[in-house]
Amino acid sequence: MSGEQSNSARNYELAHAEVAHQLPSGGWLDTLRREALARFGRQGFPTRRDEDWKYTSLKSIEKQRFVPATGAGAEPDAAWLDQCRIEGLEAIRLVFVDGFFDAGLSAIGELPEGVRVQSLAAALADESEPLKGRLGAVADEDMHRFAALNTAFVADGAWLHVPADVELEKPVHLLFVTTADDTPRLVQPRVLVSAGRHSKLTLIEHYADPAGASAFTNVVTEIDAGEGARVEHYLLQEHDSAAYHVGSVHVAQQADSAYVSHNVNLGGALVRHDIHPRMLGEGAHTVMNGLFLVGDGQHVDNHTRVDHAVPHTGSDEYYKGVLWGKGRAVFNGKVIIHRDAQKTDASQYNGNLLLSPMAEIDTKPELEIYADDVKAAHGATVGQLDEDALFYLRSRGLDARAAREVLTFAFAGDVVARMGLAPLRERLEAAIAQRLPGGGLA
Amino acid sequence: MLNIKDLKVTVENTPILKGLDLAVGAGEVHAIMGPNGSGKSTLGHVLAGRDEYEVTGGSVEYQGKDLLDLEPEERAREGLFLAFQYPVEIPGVNNTYLLKAALNAVRKHRGESEVDAVEFLQLIKDKMKIMDMDESFLSRGVNEGFSGGEKKRNEILQMLVMEPKLAILDETDSGLDIDALKVVAEGVNALRREDRSIVLITHYQRLLDYIKPDHVHVLSGGKIVKSGDHTLALELEEHGYDWLKKEAASA
Ligand SMILES: Nc1ncnc2c1ncn2[C@@H]1O[C@H](COP(=O)(O)OP(=O)(O)OP(=O)(O)O)[C@@H](O)[C@H]1O
Ligand SMILES: [Mg+2]
Repeated sequence: MSGEQSNSARNYELAHAEVAHQLPSGGWLDTLRREALARFGRQGFPTRRDEDWKYTSLKSIEKQRFVPATGAGAEPDAAWLDQCRIEGLEAIRLVFVDGFFDAGLSAIGELPEGVRVQSLAAALADESEPLKGRLGAVADEDMHRFAALNTAFVADGAWLHVPADVELEKPVHLLFVTTADDTPRLVQPRVLVSAGRHSKLTLIEHYADPAGASAFTNVVTEIDAGEGARVEHYLLQEHDSAAYHVGSVHVAQQADSAYVSHNVNLGGALVRHDIHPRMLGEGAHTVMNGLFLVGDGQHVDNHTRVDHAVPHTGSDEYYKGVLWGKGRAVFNGKVIIHRDAQKTDASQYNGNLLLSPMAEIDTKPELEIYADDVKAAHGATVGQLDEDALFYLRSRGLDARAAREVLTFAFAGDVVARMGLAPLRERLEAAIAQRLPGGGLA
Repeated sequence: MLNIKDLKVTVENTPILKGLDLAVGAGEVHAIMGPNGSGKSTLGHVLAGRDEYEVTGGSVEYQGKDLLDLEPEERAREGLFLAFQYPVEIPGVNNTYLLKAALNAVRKHRGESEVDAVEFLQLIKDKMKIMDMDESFLSRGVNEGFSGGEKKRNEILQMLVMEPKLAILDETDSGLDIDALKVVAEGVNALRREDRSIVLITHYQRLLDYIKPDHVHVLSGGKIVKSGDHTLALELEEHGYDWLKKEAASA
């Protein structure tokens, strides 16, 4: 570990000391937090010498002093906030400002019996201690150092619990917004999901910032999917182009459960996602769809890791990237089929479209197979727009820009089509059209 | 309508067209025949504006304008249409979307209002009837998974929608069964008007039985080496191109 590393880790320890008295406390929570802080202090910031961070430098984050948000006094602009609504989506809505739940902006409404949808702070304050033994149970903090940092500061976020055999019809929309002012903030919400046996739920984790907000969001999501449960999880990252985001999603899947992840990245200066489902029970299935649009000044790194730990499990991963300008992206998809995981069926694909010669993608599938009776397929492509198709469209009267957009849209379209929620698909289509270079579909 | 003078074109520094002259008047039908690799498709692509072909000499006048000065989409909107010898498959771009975008692009250019979804559907159904095409083609990706003959029909469908002034059909008859050939010919004939011209690039006399050309040209070695009336096509069918090459050699 270099001296530089411990220096930046030290900064976070100091910052922690300053806000520690404001954090919720209690026996088990204090222990958890203390251990996490010590762990982060020991491990420090990852560097590019770490295999998992080879293509992503954290220097731009390290050299800044982010001040831990406390949730006091910040208020987002109402008109802007309105644009963050997902049109046509009837959802249970929780809004977090700089990582802290804002009841006034949220609308939870009536919930089916036994269902819990509340702020993490409220759940931590609950005397029945619903989070004891749950918080931190799914996340692997040794593998994901920023998860330890998040735990060290844990104060607020969302707690979702759907009991056995209950289907939560309305999706839960968690909207995380930051506020912009002179001090860049450190925002660290935590999302904890427990889906009981044969329960169903849809969750939308949505990030947005007002223009120019350069907060550093470090989020951890833990999902415990019980036997036969189905969790559909949208990660909609619409950060401002100045924002930093590191997030990890940890999923424990019991037998016959299904976890479906849609990971959409539209914004951010530096973004890193780790998505890590572990299939612990037979018959479990994971679907991971991803789309990243990465332009000038942006760096988006998606690391996924699927652990097939037992027989008869499946995973299906489909990620696509569109890059332009000097955009940079990383895709690393690890599929680990453990020794006992016979009859695993795993497929993985990452396709990339480079719209400019300066754009760059590092894509790497990593299959580790320790069982012998399995089906595993993977593929990765990097290409440009098809000149023949461009000419064909132009020969039918479409101008060059429209032709490029239509083809780019077609490339990204099949990932969008894999997403079940129509209002989300529509928002996405509009966002894609708007974010592409040139902007606006003809 | 179209006036090509001494056109010289190279691809990756290889000369393909070597001084080609061709004049097509309004309302005329011209057929261009010639051996494989003689430059017929190159001519079509150059006229449509493909930029990997470099024009190194000559001129092309289209409706009084310098055609070579226009972008491919401008040419299309000005009424020049190329039916491709090998239509491109574009998965993910809906066939209906392209047909509608194409129609609205030309309408807008002519100062007409864009058609709405209902008007468009009626129009497209009528044209598809002419082309004996099932409506299921509308919901598929552009040429995606279409058979060879279906692609050719789709080209003519696009042509009927765009109503061009000058249509260049590059081997639209190749790979068609006998019934389909008739359908395609009907499609082309449906477009014919005294202010519209058609250039048929073909290897076979059969298409010309259905669409009778006013002029037949032989393109060989990057030049028009022989022109005549429709009887030239019959002659070529019988004797091939060898006699022409000899004629050219002795000239
Ligand atoms: N992009 C290209 N790069 C290199 N050579 C090319 C290219 N396009 C055309 N050519 C060459 O130019 C010549 C003329 O090709 P073209 O396609 O115009 O022939 P054609 O007369 O249409 O033949 P066919 O009857 O087989 O369709 C051929 O020798 C071909 O290989
Ligand atoms: Mg040809």
